[in-house]
Amino acid sequence: MRKVLVVGISLILTLSLASGLALAAKEKAKKEDFKYDDPIGVVKIKPGQPIHIAYWFVVAGPDASLGTDTKRGVEIAIQDKGGKLLGHPIKLTGQDTGCNAEGGQAAATKLASDPTIVAAIGSNCSSEARPGAPILWKAGIPTVSPSNTAPYLTDPKRGPEYDGYLRTAHNDRVQGAVAAEFAVKKLGVKKAATIHDGSVYAEQLQAVFAETFKKLGGTITAQEAVAPTDTDMRPVLTKIATGQPEFIYYPIFIAAGGHITRQVKEVAGLEKVYLMGADGMFSPDFYKAAGEAAVGMFHSSPDFSAFAEGYKDFLEKHQKKYGEKPLAPFHAHAYDAAMMVFAAIEKVAKKAPDGTLYIGRKALRDALYATKNFKGITGTLNCDQYGDCADPRIAVYQTTEENVKKLVMPDKPFWKPY
Amino acid sequence: MAAEKSRLGWRKPVKIGLVTGAVGTLVALVGMVEAFSYRLIVADLLSMGHALIFSVLIFGAILGARGARPAQAWLKGGITGVVASSLLGVLVLLGRIIPLRAVFINASPELFNLLSFGQEGFAGILMICAAGLLSGVLAGGMHVLPDPIRPALIRALGAVVGAGVLQDMLRPILVAWGPLWDIGELVFDANGLTPEGALGILVGVCLGYLGWEKKGRGLAARTETLPPRARKLLRVSWVSFLVALLLLLPQLLGLFLSEVLTIVGLYVLLGLGLNIVVGFAGLLDLGYVAFFAIGSYTVAILTSPELGFFQLSFWSALPVAVILGALSGILLGIPVLKMRGDYLAIATLGFGEIIRILVLSDFLRPWLGGAQGIGKIPKASLGGFEFRTPQELYYLILVGCLLVGFVSWRLRESRIGRAWMAVREDEDVAQAMGINLVATKLLAFATGAAFSALSGAIFATKLGSVYPHSFNVMISINILCLIIVGGMGSIPGVIVGAAALVGLPELLREFAEYRLLVYGAALVAMMLLKPEGLWPEAVRKRELHEGEQEPEVVDAGLKMG
Amino acid sequence: MIRRLLERFTATDLIMWVIGGAIMALILVGSTATISAGKYSLKHWIDFMVFGLAQGSIYALIALGYTMVYGVLRMINFAHSEVFMSGPYTAYFVAAFFHRSCLLESHPVLSMFMVLLVSMAVSTLVAYLLERIAYRPLRTAPRLVPLITAIGASFFLQYTFRGLYGSGFQAYPVVKALEKHWDILGVRILGFQVVVIVAAALMMGALYLFVQKTRTGKALRAVSEDKESAALMGIDVDRMISMTFVIGGMAAGAAGVLYALMFKQVHFFMGFIPGIKAFTAAVLGGIGNIPGAMLGGIFLGFIESLGPSLFLDGLGIVAPYQLKDAIAFTMLVLVLIFRPTGILGERLAVKKA
Repeated sequence: MRKVLVVGISLILTLSLASGLALAAKEKAKKEDFKYDDPIGVVKIKPGQPIHIAYWFVVAGPDASLGTDTKRGVEIAIQDKGGKLLGHPIKLTGQDTGCNAEGGQAAATKLASDPTIVAAIGSNCSSEARPGAPILWKAGIPTVSPSNTAPYLTDPKRGPEYDGYLRTAHNDRVQGAVAAEFAVKKLGVKKAATIHDGSVYAEQLQAVFAETFKKLGGTITAQEAVAPTDTDMRPVLTKIATGQPEFIYYPIFIAAGGHITRQVKEVAGLEKVYLMGADGMFSPDFYKAAGEAAVGMFHSSPDFSAFAEGYKDFLEKHQKKYGEKPLAPFHAHAYDAAMMVFAAIEKVAKKAPDGTLYIGRKALRDALYATKNFKGITGTLNCDQYGDCADPRIAVYQTTEENVKKLVMPDKPFWKPY
Repeated sequence: MAAEKSRLGWRKPVKIGLVTGAVGTLVALVGMVEAFSYRLIVADLLSMGHALIFSVLIFGAILGARGARPAQAWLKGGITGVVASSLLGVLVLLGRIIPLRAVFINASPELFNLLSFGQEGFAGILMICAAGLLSGVLAGGMHVLPDPIRPALIRALGAVVGAGVLQDMLRPILVAWGPLWDIGELVFDANGLTPEGALGILVGVCLGYLGWEKKGRGLAARTETLPPRARKLLRVSWVSFLVALLLLLPQLLGLFLSEVLTIVGLYVLLGLGLNIVVGFAGLLDLGYVAFFAIGSYTVAILTSPELGFFQLSFWSALPVAVILGALSGILLGIPVLKMRGDYLAIATLGFGEIIRILVLSDFLRPWLGGAQGIGKIPKASLGGFEFRTPQELYYLILVGCLLVGFVSWRLRESRIGRAWMAVREDEDVAQAMGINLVATKLLAFATGAAFSALSGAIFATKLGSVYPHSFNVMISINILCLIIVGGMGSIPGVIVGAAALVGLPELLREFAEYRLLVYGAALVAMMLLKPEGLWPEAVRKRELHEGEQEPEVVDAGLKMG
Repeated sequence: MIRRLLERFTATDLIMWVIGGAIMALILVGSTATISAGKYSLKHWIDFMVFGLAQGSIYALIALGYTMVYGVLRMINFAHSEVFMSGPYTAYFVAAFFHRSCLLESHPVLSMFMVLLVSMAVSTLVAYLLERIAYRPLRTAPRLVPLITAIGASFFLQYTFRGLYGSGFQAYPVVKALEKHWDILGVRILGFQVVVIVAAALMMGALYLFVQKTRTGKALRAVSEDKESAALMGIDVDRMISMTFVIGGMAAGAAGVLYALMFKQVHFFMGFIPGIKAFTAAVLGGIGNIPGAMLGGIFLGFIESLGPSLFLDGLGIVAPYQLKDAIAFTMLVLVLIFRPTGILGERLAVKKA
């Protein structure tokens, strides 16, 4: 205890000595006549100093692949910018959120306490954003999420504390409804079953699906749930088989989704059923998990057809940089989120005569909300007044044998609702 | 004879060098070196990645040189260093020839560049070995330094590394303190310390320590010889200073550290509760998170307009939560009364999981919110004042901690407290002495659960929303670890344990990917080196020291056999 | 006689019996409701049982590691789940190599044997090192101290393997020979289910014989009864304890490959849930007891597979499979209420636990 005290006291002594020197130095360099006003605050970045962007993703624990995946998307975006923005290097730091509300709150508070942070990218799980986003915005930091899909976050009734929140991931409302329309209108299915994994994302999607499906005249034979860590899905599938559905919708994640896809074929009575997942497993990794069982399966996902070229490039860079394929589905959304932030900074930042960069916090938030016709790799981004920026064009893809063999996602939509 | 001695002398540093090299290789392959290399301790000079490698080498060399004569210390340190670093050299060589990356994902070209200081081919390998030799010789040489200088140097180096690692935390604090900002600018560069700042801290801490060694010790010794009245005055002023500090802490520390304090506070509440169950009564409970969840969800259901059953205020929901917590403690307690040891552990673990699964289930969704959780939980307000920010919540949690701390202290000193300890030591004997096992155990479960529910209630209002995923088995495990690391049964131990196992990882959030790795290694090391905990209870410590003599007896028996 | 019985029958006993009875009643009502609803045919029930048997065999193999360590050291080896993970995760790279070089297709038995060997070797090594580094120095420490070390080691191993091999999962190659299935009397039996069940049964049988019949097995049992006396009898206690970890590691490594064959995915977190389940199985069967671990594992597999449909479906509870683990743990508590030391665990547990 005493030793700590000693170290502390001597630290303070040194620091106060240094402060004297610093004050003297500051007197000399005191001439600021450049004006830049912002109702919330301004970040000043001296020449050569970095522009500080922060992520808050889940990079540890069992959901780490989701966060690592999006983090890499941001890193590739920075790399594509040459690591520089307006002549300043980009500094990326980050906090782990743990995919739970308390982790989101702690991470957001940590970011909020660092005044050098210009903008944030995150969070991953919707439960993190709920307490976290207001904390960031209170500190004047806007945040763009690449993977929150819960409708609540961009709901008109969400409250002013979410004013700094945007997302490049699409709202569950859109995607769940597309799946139901596809099942009824294209496949002519009458009876469907759903499976979710207890995540905010999957539970919401299957609820929207079921609601729309019933509205369109179909019957839901079962709404089952599994745990994301479950491996033996045969019992639950056997139970589903007793309802004789023609269609199973399971908008969950790769690991459990892979198990279901493989095991469906092994359960008597489900050999001919249509399978459909969502973008949570629209990734080459899913083909590794599901193997040949994935052939013929449907996925809803953003309409990549127009932007496939950019995405292919991205995948190549990813392979080169990290030695593996993307781990989860939201890397491209993260890339777009970062690019959107960079574009907004470029729009609002002003350079003073002495080379210092000024970025207004409110101005940056407004510029982000004003994003229109932004060409990203997930589509053309247009932000509405509640921060929903994703291209809402969701298409349905079908997996072919070729896809599974080469581990590439289908790039031509099988069906489009528009 | 002499030759044999010297041969033995060589073998130890080589062996330790090999182990050190293996540790270094592991650290590199796990990806820590590369990940840390993006953070600088001293700008343009020393990255955290290199610092990590050096500290592994230095630590190994210190071990290798331990117990050697001064004249040989630097030599032995050097040997350890060279052996260890040549293993790293082999790694680089291998990595450049065969595609290690097909298996080890972090064996990237950048890693090998880092390890060989950017040198290609043979020069790189030489550089590694030279670095190993240098750090080994220096570390060995440290043994030779006279006493006040060596610890001063070690502490000063530690302070520099600490300031560099915690830069993202220190900088905002300096900003919050207005005039100190200029010091911050001088000491910290955009990424890392400035070289001048690093040197300043090094020299400052060194001088400060030496000064203290010379003068301060005497000062401290003099207070011991003061007359009793003066000593009492000193103690009173010390306590009042502590109280004032406790009250002002959030203002002094700023936003994020206050948030960390509130989290630590919640875990202190939890820890104090589990301390009664495990520490006092010796009932191993692995499902303790269940009561935390019950407290949170009770408050959420009673206050949130989202479900719309009730819309009570936080203060009227709080007692309900605590009472429900205590009741569920009894409810869990009854079926597990007869179970002992690990049967109890797994049954309680199951109970925790059952609660989490029920809260998550679709079946109970209309009442408990299911996967979507419950949101819009109102803040606690007191006469128009709302506990909203971490700085405000701190006081709420502080009051809770003081209350619970006081209650558990009184309980421990009471009759029931002694009954708990008796049950912990030996159930059968305790029963024979006339202790009512049922009442004693159930009371322990109920009290522990009530404290946990209180923590959960505050947690719910702090977050404003509750999700089932916040209540997994890891929380229970974490609480168990913190009371044991703190010192089982010890009340201050809980606070120390919470600070070490919850606060510290929270501060190092940016190293999240490696947080649990380091946490795990630290737990193992901690238990091996100091099994009684950081702040043990006096009785417990004595017991452990008694225990230490036993193995010798057993060993003797083994040899005889 | 009756009076003495009544005296011993206290209020808490009454409550326990009420709780136990209530759960039993609920199970009975649920089961009758499900069966009388006639939603499931006999074929479905047999299917459930086959699934449960395969899953339960894997639990049983992992449970062996827990139960043996517990029998000898009276400690929960929390890091055993990581012993289980380390083997198949490392062996994946061997399997992938065989797959790429088409050896898997041409010599499936030989190459799977190699994969099994690598997996068992790695798991054994991890288990051995674990005991040497993390547990041996703590032999005489209080009971909870090695538990914390085990938890710490578990984290450390998980994240070390994550750092080494990456945080994504790896997909085990498909062994064509095992993908066949046979329809026997209308019930579908899958190739790897047969392999898993047969392999698990063989291994457990061999282990049982080893412990019961060989000299080393005798020494092991002596150590688990009483370490000090065993030492006096000339048994090298440290060696026997290492041996326990080695055997547990081998079983876990083998279970890992079977798991990988069945589910095709390996990742750094894969041990956690099966680990907890296997530990539950060990306790269920009576910890410290080898046949108990087998029984517990298979019982747990059955409950997980059958339970939700049988007990809950008839009661009209939605998404019953979400409650699978809750049912399993409720059954555990139920068993422990009536038999506080597990199904077969009378002898050991009363004395020392």
